[in-house]
Amino acid sequence: MKLLVLLEDHEGRLQKDSLGVLSKAASLGGEVEAVLLGSEVEGLAADAGKFGAQRVHVQDDVLLGSPLPQPRVDALETLVRDGGFDAVLFAASVLSADVAAGLAARLDAGLNYDLTDLAVEDGKLVGKRPALGDSVYVEVGWSSEPRLALVRSGTFEPKESGGSAEVEKFEARFQDFSLAATMVEQAHEESEGPSIEDADVIVAGGRGLGAPEGFAQVEELAKALGGAVAATRAVVDAGWYPYAAQVGQTGKTVSPKLYVAVGISGAIQHKVGMQSSGLIVAINKDPNAPIFEYADLGVVGDLNEIVPKLTELVRARKAA
Amino acid sequence: MKIAVCAKYVPEATAARRIDPETKRLDRSGEGALNQFDVNAVEEALKVKEADSGADASEVVIVSVGPERALEAMRRALAMGADRVVLVSDEAAAGSDLVATSRVLAAALEREGADLVLFGQQASDGDGAVLWAAVADRLQRPLISQVAELTLADGKVRGKRQTEYGYDVIEAPLPAVIAVSDAINEPRYPSLKGIMGAKKKPQETVSLADLGVPAEEAGEPGSRTTVEALGDPPARGDTVKIEDDGSAAEKIVDFLQERKAL
Ligand SMILES: Cc1cc2nc3c(=O)[nH]c(=O)nc-3n(C[C@H](O)[C@H](O)[C@H](O)COP(=O)(O)OP(=O)(O)OC[C@H]3O[C@@H](n4cnc5c(N)ncnc54)[C@H](O)[C@@H]3O)c2cc1C
Ligand SMILES: Nc1ncnc2c1ncn2[C@@H]1O[C@H](COP(=O)(O)O)[C@@H](O)[C@H]1O
Repeated sequence: MKLLVLLEDHEGRLQKDSLGVLSKAASLGGEVEAVLLGSEVEGLAADAGKFGAQRVHVQDDVLLGSPLPQPRVDALETLVRDGGFDAVLFAASVLSADVAAGLAARLDAGLNYDLTDLAVEDGKLVGKRPALGDSVYVEVGWSSEPRLALVRSGTFEPKESGGSAEVEKFEARFQDFSLAATMVEQAHEESEGPSIEDADVIVAGGRGLGAPEGFAQVEELAKALGGAVAATRAVVDAGWYPYAAQVGQTGKTVSPKLYVAVGISGAIQHKVGMQSSGLIVAINKDPNAPIFEYADLGVVGDLNEIVPKLTELVRARKAA
Repeated sequence: MKIAVCAKYVPEATAARRIDPETKRLDRSGEGALNQFDVNAVEEALKVKEADSGADASEVVIVSVGPERALEAMRRALAMGADRVVLVSDEAAAGSDLVATSRVLAAALEREGADLVLFGQQASDGDGAVLWAAVADRLQRPLISQVAELTLADGKVRGKRQTEYGYDVIEAPLPAVIAVSDAINEPRYPSLKGIMGAKKKPQETVSLADLGVPAEEAGEPGSRTTVEALGDPPARGDTVKIEDDGSAAEKIVDFLQERKAL
């Protein structure tokens, strides 16, 4: 079996999730190669050897300088079409998800997404994924090659195996439409704002708070519990709370002893950032909210009724 | 300006969802609705239309691939203000995966030739959040996904979107494909007049043949992925769910003390 893993980089480092997928690929056995696409990234390529890549294909091109998906589809098409790969593996990120789906259309190749495990059974790659809000598990396969697999974020930890990789450069032509979208302003990692990763207790608020002012009661409760405040993407995107406090796929991954989710539906992209919390308490008025599938204590009710009372009671018991 | 919104018919959020062990497909026999995430895309399309100087000449068309009864759910978009619906409904398209769905949807969009194609954040029954990228590739048009803020000017579209590192701003010339986030806007509620008028708006159902898509390129024959087996998820420990009867706050505090979290 010959596998290819797309590596993603950001500001001079290989992204952790993509190294995790590479490590997993290496554990499946067979030939494992990686591909790195970017501008001035060649120096990073050799690092991939430590995580199990035997060869790293690099296209180093200014046109790949911004994290935009479409030129990457062109590059991968060139590499994969005649590369004889059985499978191409991606770690889900905003960028790589779009690259994987674009490549699926380009090659008419099957893409299984949201995978939480990969295995080789009878010489064939099998993907495993939860579905319907993680309520059933499905084993998925492919009916053609190459098999494209997009792995849920945070699934595999990078493991150094201490090997080294051969670096091989390649070139690909870009299509006009692939270069039509341009980056006007690119995100940079910010270290500003509150740090929630080390908090023992987190109270997180979502769109159920109704308005930015709703965060006042979340802050009160967090203060009473001696914890930090976090938020969902929906409220961060809406400008109610700073991005630095966001938990989830494109935010922070946290594992406090206690996570109180207030007015949060519990989408998978939120879950991946907080599922390893010690205790999860959820308050939501919708009895069908997905968060109840994984909250240790779920309370169906109006947060505006419950949260102020809860804050008082916590204060009283702590004082007692 | 012509704006197409891709919208999916999904099982109602309150309906118990299951996968049929026979067909290994999602059981779609229950009540269905317009995917909530696509309502944001409809709203954004209406805002673009309303802001367009040639608003009278502007059009918002809903494009969907799904069963015939999806038409009724799509009327919600018409009631909000969309102008018409094109539903691709064909037995041969059932069971389509990403490769097959993107082919059918791209063919329907090709026929419309919209300046702007909008997608929602994700389908609530699949959580793929990827279809747009496959469709943009087939249409050979620039793509911006996860857009939380959209602006149009001088034949260009600009999107602000969140990644793992913060916010990017990306620009693309029209025609373009845009996928919006669920926080981009607050969708309007349909007015009574809107609801009354919706039934009379054009609603067209087309087949694969109408689009020139061979039956073997859709549905299961046109798909490249398979479902091999179904199983139960790993046990997730004890979860307790209670209804608030006025004493929920006490119960939470008791629980926290019992678990030594206070
Ligand atoms: C690529 C990608 C990456 C993403 N990354 C992230 C991420 O990092 N983090 C993240 O959080 N999301 C992320 N998302 C978005 C995610 O899919 C959800 O859209 C988002 O988490 C929803 O936020 P929410 O729970 O605040 O809002 P909603 O889903 O709107 O939920 C609000 C909840 O509040 C409840 N509610 C309303 N009023 C009350 C009341 N009075 N009392 C009690 N409950 C009430 C409602 O019942 C509802 O369940 C991502 C999505 C994509 C596609
Ligand atoms: N059958 C469909 N018909 C029309 N649009 C769809 C269909 N399935 C998905 N979409 C669109 O694609 C978006 C992402 O879907 P998905 O990638 O399946 O999560 C949805 O929010 C819709 O805008």
